[in-house]
Amino acid sequence: MATVADNPLVEGLERLPVHPTTLTIFGATGDLAKRKLLPALYNLAHEGALPERFNLIGSSRSEMSDDEFRASALESVRRFSRREPDPKVLEALFADVRYVSGSFDDETVYERLAEALEAFDANAGIVFNRAFYLSTAPAFFPVIVQALGGRGLDHHEDSEVRVIIEKPFGTNLLEAQQLNRDVLEVFDESQIYRIDHYLGKETVQNMMAFRFANGMFEPLWNRNYIDNVQITAAEDLSIGSRAGYYDASGALRDLVQNHMLQLLTILCMEPPVSFSADDVRDEKVKVLHSVHRPTAQSVPEMTVRGQYTGGTLGGEPQGGYLEEDGVPEGSRTETYVALRLEVDNWRWAGVPIYLRTGKALARKVTEIAVTLKPVPHLAFEQDGSLGVRPNQIVLTMQPNEGVSISLGAKIPGTRMKIRPVNMEFLYGTSFLSESPEAYERLILDAMRGDATLFTRDDEVEAQWRICDPILQAWGEDDEPVHPYEAGSHGPEAAASLLREGMEWRAI
Amino acid sequence: MEVDGGARRHGMWAEQDTTPGRIDAGLRELLKERHAENQGYVPARVLNLVVIVDRQWRGEVENRLERVGRYHPSRTVVCAVEPGRTKLDARATTEAVGDPRPGSFCVAQEHVVVDLGPQHLAHLDTIVDPLVITDLSTVVWSPHGHHEGVDALRRLAQVVLLDSIDEPDAHHALTRSHEVSDWAYVVDLAWLRSTPWRERIAASFDPPQWRTELARIAAVTVRHRPDSAVAGLLLLGWLASRLGWRPEAMIATGAARRGRARGGRQEVALRLEPEERMSVPGLAGLTVETASGMSLSLDRGAGGLAATRRDRKGREWSWTVVGASRGEAGILGEGIRQALLRDPTYRQALAAADTLAA
Repeated sequence: MATVADNPLVEGLERLPVHPTTLTIFGATGDLAKRKLLPALYNLAHEGALPERFNLIGSSRSEMSDDEFRASALESVRRFSRREPDPKVLEALFADVRYVSGSFDDETVYERLAEALEAFDANAGIVFNRAFYLSTAPAFFPVIVQALGGRGLDHHEDSEVRVIIEKPFGTNLLEAQQLNRDVLEVFDESQIYRIDHYLGKETVQNMMAFRFANGMFEPLWNRNYIDNVQITAAEDLSIGSRAGYYDASGALRDLVQNHMLQLLTILCMEPPVSFSADDVRDEKVKVLHSVHRPTAQSVPEMTVRGQYTGGTLGGEPQGGYLEEDGVPEGSRTETYVALRLEVDNWRWAGVPIYLRTGKALARKVTEIAVTLKPVPHLAFEQDGSLGVRPNQIVLTMQPNEGVSISLGAKIPGTRMKIRPVNMEFLYGTSFLSESPEAYERLILDAMRGDATLFTRDDEVEAQWRICDPILQAWGEDDEPVHPYEAGSHGPEAAASLLREGMEWRAI
Repeated sequence: MEVDGGARRHGMWAEQDTTPGRIDAGLRELLKERHAENQGYVPARVLNLVVIVDRQWRGEVENRLERVGRYHPSRTVVCAVEPGRTKLDARATTEAVGDPRPGSFCVAQEHVVVDLGPQHLAHLDTIVDPLVITDLSTVVWSPHGHHEGVDALRRLAQVVLLDSIDEPDAHHALTRSHEVSDWAYVVDLAWLRSTPWRERIAASFDPPQWRTELARIAAVTVRHRPDSAVAGLLLLGWLASRLGWRPEAMIATGAARRGRARGGRQEVALRLEPEERMSVPGLAGLTVETASGMSLSLDRGAGGLAATRRDRKGREWSWTVVGASRGEAGILGEGIRQALLRDPTYRQALAAADTLAA
C-alpha cells in the first residue's frame, strides 16, 4: 500500500491539524455538557483550534428540535464560558448542530444518529472522523456502547471512530472490569478514551516536566533521599446539593481512586521511553501494580475515615454532613479519608506515601509534599532557633501552582543559628499563557487521537485493585468514622497513620 | 495563576535629569515598598520589553500595550525619543491587579519610561542595560523606526519584535528583517497575521487524499489590504519554502503583483491582489488551485474564515472555519508571547519572500 508523505506545511505550527470530526455528545442537555463540554467547544472554536470542519450532534432523552438544542447550547456557553463569547463565532459554531432525542436503549436513536452522521459526510463530500462522548449516568455507558456497535457505528471506512467515556468508570473493581469487557466487545482499546479530567490540567502535566526536564531532582527521587511523601487534595466546600451522588460515592471513590492515584503514579513513575500514550501509561501502570495491596487486616492500620460535623467555613456556619439535604440518617459515608500507601519497588520501597482528601476543610489546596531525609550529622547549635529541618519539595497544583523548596539558612547575627526558609517558584509569574480548561485539552486530544492523558483499561482496573479492598473492609468492619469539625484540618485520628514524630502538613 | 480581580494599583517613582543607575535603584525601592505592603505581591518574571518610540506618539504605543491583556511583559522600558533633549527624565511604576487574598498572590508588572534625545540612541545599550532584569529574555520593539537604537541593543536583546508592514516598501521591510534576524530572533507581526491562514492551509491539505495535491499546486492568489503586501509575500514565501518551490521576482501589474515559482512537477503562478475594502491590516483571502482541477479558497467572514472547496469534477462545498479575529491588540500580544517560542520556518519563508519582492 502506498504511504502518503508527511505534511510539510505543519512544521513550525503551534496547532497541528485535527482531522475533520463529527462529535456526538450523549447527555448533551446534562449538567456536565452545559457547564464544561459546550463551553470547552466554544473556547476551542474561538481560538481556531477545532478541526477545520467540525459538526456537533447532541443526544439525550429530552424532546427538543435542532433549533431548541442550538438555543440551549448558546445559552450554556454564554453562562459558563471562561471568556466572553464572540457572538459571530458562537453563531457559526452552532449554526448546523443536530439533535437526536430519545432513550439511550431505543434503537431508533441510533438509526437517526447514523442518518445524521451520514448526512454530514454526504453534504461535505468528505468522510468525517467520529467521536462519541458519553456524558451520561454511568449505567448508560454499556447500553450506549452496545447500541453503537449494534448499529455498526463502532467503525467507519476511511475514518477514525473514537468513544470518550466520562468518570466514574465503575464503582468497584468488578464493575470496572465488566464495563471494560462491555466496551471492549465493541471498540478496540485504541478507540477508547476514558476521561479523568484531572489529567487535562496543566498543573498535573507540569509534574512530568518538573521531574523529567530537570536534572537536579531526579538523583534525589528515590528511597535513599526521600523520607516520606504527603499528597493532599483538600476542599473548603461542603457537599452542597450533591448528597445523592456523594453519599453513594464517598471521598475514596470521588477523589482517591482516580485523581489522587494519578498524582501518585506521576510522582513515582520511571521516566518513560517516550511521551507516547502507551509508553507513559505503561510506566504509570507499573507503579499501580507496585502499590502494596491493602488487606482486611491492614486496612484499619493504613486508613482513617472522617465525616464533617457542624463548624464554620469561611466565616459562615456550616452544618454537619448528616444534616445536609438528602443525606440518609446515620450515613457512614466518609467525607474525609487519609491513607498510608507503600510502593514496593526498587525506587520507593520503605517510603511511606500518605494521601488525604476531604470536604469542608480549612482551605482549598492540592499539593504533593516530598520530605527528604535529614542530614546525617548536625554541627550547628539548635538552641534559640527553629533549627535545621529536613528539606521539603512541595509541588502545588492549586490554588497557586508552583514549586517551593524549603532550605535551612543562617539567621543573621554572630552565632550560627539556622531556620528554614522557602525558595518559591510560582508558575503565574513566569508564563504569559492562561491555562486552558482541562476539558478543552482533553476533547482536542481525543479528536486528535492522542490518548496520553486518558486512562487505559489496565490502569483503571489497577486503581480499583488498590481501592476495592479498602471499600470491602470498610463495609464489613465497625471501625469508627471519625468526626471532624467543618473548617478544621480533618480528624485528629489521621495522625495515627504517621510515623512517630511526624506531622501532617498544615492545610 | 490565581490572580485576584479588582482595580489596578500603582506605585510610582520619578526623577528629572537622572541616570540609569538611579532609575534602577528607584525600581528596587518600589518593589520593596510593594512587598512590605503585602507579601502577596510578586514581580512577574517572564520577559523584558524595551520599546523605542517617538515621544509624541508614546501615549498611543502605551495604549496598544495596555490592551494586550494577559500577554503583558514583566518589565517594560519605554525609551521616548524627543528631538533636542539632552538629559534623561524617568518615571517608574509598578502595577498589580487587585489585592492578594490570604494564600493567593498578585503578579506585579514594572513599567519604566525614559525620555531621551536622539543622540542617546547610538549608545542606548548603556542606558537600558541596568534597567532590564538579568536572565530574562529581552525583546526590543521600535514601531517608529529608530533602527540606530535597535542596533545599539544587539548585545542585550535576544528578540526583536517588528511589523514588516510598517515599512513603506515591502522589499526594504524584508531586507531589514533579514538583517536583524542575523543577530536576533525576529518576531514579525506581519508573519503572525498569516498564522491562521497557514494553519488552515496546512489543515486543508492534511487529509491523505488532499496531501497528494500539494505537489500539484499550480496557482496561488493572495488577497491583502493595500498596505499589507508584505504579509502576502511572507505567506507565498512560506508555501515556497515548505514545498520546495524556486520562486522568481514578482512583477507589479498596476496595484497587483504577479510572478511564478518552479515547483516539483509544474510551474506555480503566484499573484498578490490588493483588497481595497479591507479595514484591518493583513490578509483578506487566498485561493489555491491545483493542476488536477481542485481548488481551495479562504476569505474573511463572519465568525471565522469562509471556505470554498472545488473538486476535480467542479463540485463545490462551502463552510465556515470557525475562529475569532484577534484584532491588532491580540496580534501584538501574540507577538510578545511568541518571543518566548521559536518558529524555525520564518527565516526560510523570509528568504523566499525576499526573492519574490526583489
